[in-house]
Amino acid sequence: MSDTIIRVENLSKKYILRHKEESYKTFRGAITGAGKSLVNAFNPRGKKEANSGKEEFWALKDVSFEVKQGDRVAIIGRNGAGKSTLLKILSRITAPTNGSIRIKGRVASLLEVGTGFHPELTGRENIFLNGAILGMSKVEIQRKFDEIVAFAEVEKFLDTPVKRYSSGMYVRLAFAVAAHLEPEILIVDEVLAVGDAQFQRKCLGKMEDVGKEGRTVLFVSHNMATVTSLCQRGIWLVSGQVNMDGDAEQVTSKYLTCGAEHSGDVVLNNSNKLLQRFYFKRVSLLNSDKNITSNFDIRKPIRIHLEYSVTQTIKDLEISIQVDNYSGITIFTTNRSSSISSTISKGNYISEIEIPALFLVSGTYTLEIAAHIPNVEILCQYKSLITFEIEETGSHMAMYKDNDFGVVLANIPWKEKCLTI
Amino acid sequence: MNSKELVIEADRIESQYWRDLWKYRELFYFLAWRDILVRYKQTAIGMAWALIRPFLTMVVFSFVFGNLAKLPAEGTAPYPIMVFAALLPWQFFSGALSECSNSLIANANLLAKVYFPRLIVPTSAVIVSFVDFLISGMILLGLMAYYNFVPDWRILTLPLFIAIAFAASIGTGLWLAALTVEYRDFRYVVPFIVQFGLYVSPVGFSSKIIAERYSEQVRLLYSLNPMVGVIDGFRWAILGGESQIYLPGFALSLALVILLLLSGIWYFRRMERTFADVI
Repeated sequence: MSDTIIRVENLSKKYILRHKEESYKTFRGAITGAGKSLVNAFNPRGKKEANSGKEEFWALKDVSFEVKQGDRVAIIGRNGAGKSTLLKILSRITAPTNGSIRIKGRVASLLEVGTGFHPELTGRENIFLNGAILGMSKVEIQRKFDEIVAFAEVEKFLDTPVKRYSSGMYVRLAFAVAAHLEPEILIVDEVLAVGDAQFQRKCLGKMEDVGKEGRTVLFVSHNMATVTSLCQRGIWLVSGQVNMDGDAEQVTSKYLTCGAEHSGDVVLNNSNKLLQRFYFKRVSLLNSDKNITSNFDIRKPIRIHLEYSVTQTIKDLEISIQVDNYSGITIFTTNRSSSISSTISKGNYISEIEIPALFLVSGTYTLEIAAHIPNVEILCQYKSLITFEIEETGSHMAMYKDNDFGVVLANIPWKEKCLTI
Repeated sequence: MNSKELVIEADRIESQYWRDLWKYRELFYFLAWRDILVRYKQTAIGMAWALIRPFLTMVVFSFVFGNLAKLPAEGTAPYPIMVFAALLPWQFFSGALSECSNSLIANANLLAKVYFPRLIVPTSAVIVSFVDFLISGMILLGLMAYYNFVPDWRILTLPLFIAIAFAASIGTGLWLAALTVEYRDFRYVVPFIVQFGLYVSPVGFSSKIIAERYSEQVRLLYSLNPMVGVIDGFRWAILGGESQIYLPGFALSLALVILLLLSGIWYFRRMERTFADVI
């Protein structure tokens, strides 16, 4: 007897895309369509024309995997990779085109927080309604009612219509109902992207508890930090197919470095090379495995490779690299002169600059490079040349992720003395 | 631990569906409860609206058909009671139809995000109309008291006719609900059916008139309207006395209602699997 709880076999889902047609089918369309197909039945050549507005799209293609009891599995992939379609089929919202799924046990899926909440109803009424929609019985809801209210922290507003709730209260209440479902299999789609940081941690904690109790969790997220902290296993989907299935850490790191290979690298063309004393040739960003990428792990250093040519000896050369964050704030500038003498002779050069690990907070950054003679002349300059991303994968500040705690991670020692007992 | 295995395939197993329907039985109640609760939120007189609407319609109909058009009443029963005995099932039917056909679209977010047997949504819309029906029923009691009208034993058969009205509403409602998901045209068709149906159903007059003015054949043809059988049945049960039921017509109506119900369930089940993709 195996402990496989979910078995997915050759699962496929096809959608028909319509081009240049109204978004809803209309009756007229169906009638004229029927007429056309009747005509086409007698005229085989006309058949192609009738299908020209349609296109098949396989959101999922031959997906197979197994999930064992108690597994916490993350499903990752870019937008449109088929993650949501997979969850929809698993939670029986839509039927697959081919293949089968066998599930043992009660499934609860949270594809959205607060599905079925009615804004006119009070918090109390919505708990019952939402619980019933998610498949709880009235008795079950009554039994857990106090627990739900306590978890959501909305005791005072139980008899207020939820349309008057703040969005945070709304989300807390909605998650609280869902969290008390006690299913054997929990399917969650990025619901943690809502609420404040503290509540997000509470939700994560709740989900970890669910996992510890031996229940199975399927989790879709774009947040790799959450994925690695919550799940042991990752399934990476690429255009509807399983690209990689394995240890969560390995899958996420593969995922982060994939697809951006070229964007971490810029080759600069200079039209009038002969006229210039100095020009940049190439800038590339490398991760700790020496692969070119634009996605970095916060726990690993970032290497910048800078290639440039000098056509005649230059005194007082300075090369600067400036790092700006996504809101345009300059985080720091690093200069060549801090390590190397400022005179440079003719030749081709490559410099390596390393941004240390656990220094920049997670986010998107842009690089600006410039070669100049300080306060005299700018030889060559590129603004917003290349962008890169740092992913939170578990720094010591990870739990404060969406709080504004600064632009760098500082690891400053503390000393503490006990003065009185 | 529940070791029952759930199989999801392109062609779903039928028995699983009906088992789920039973498992989610409380949802019928909760969805209906929500709709009723929401309808009278932030209204000053609340549930009283459920009484005022049918009462005013009854007054207008009695006046127009009884006093202006001078159509004859059935037997000894007062004209308002005769009108109201028909208005009750008709309002139930028309209300159910309008609510039902829109129910899936109104709950589109549920259909796209949570699983439950979809049959629950239109059915609980019918339940909402049934609650309205029960409230309007109190007006009938009031009218009977006002006119000192005592019904005979036939009133006991009323639940049977209510069941037929229920079947007619669900059958038609399922068809319209499933069709509206795919073809939004039905949003415009349904109000028309409801408006038109009020005049072609024997609400303001007795269906006996049809036979008297035309022929029995026409009356049989007229019974193709499933509400004719239901309304005649209501009148027969409530008015008692000389009110007659036209058996061939009633049988035809009944057969149609059963056909509607079964085909409605069949069509709804067939379309249901693609609702989430289409809606």
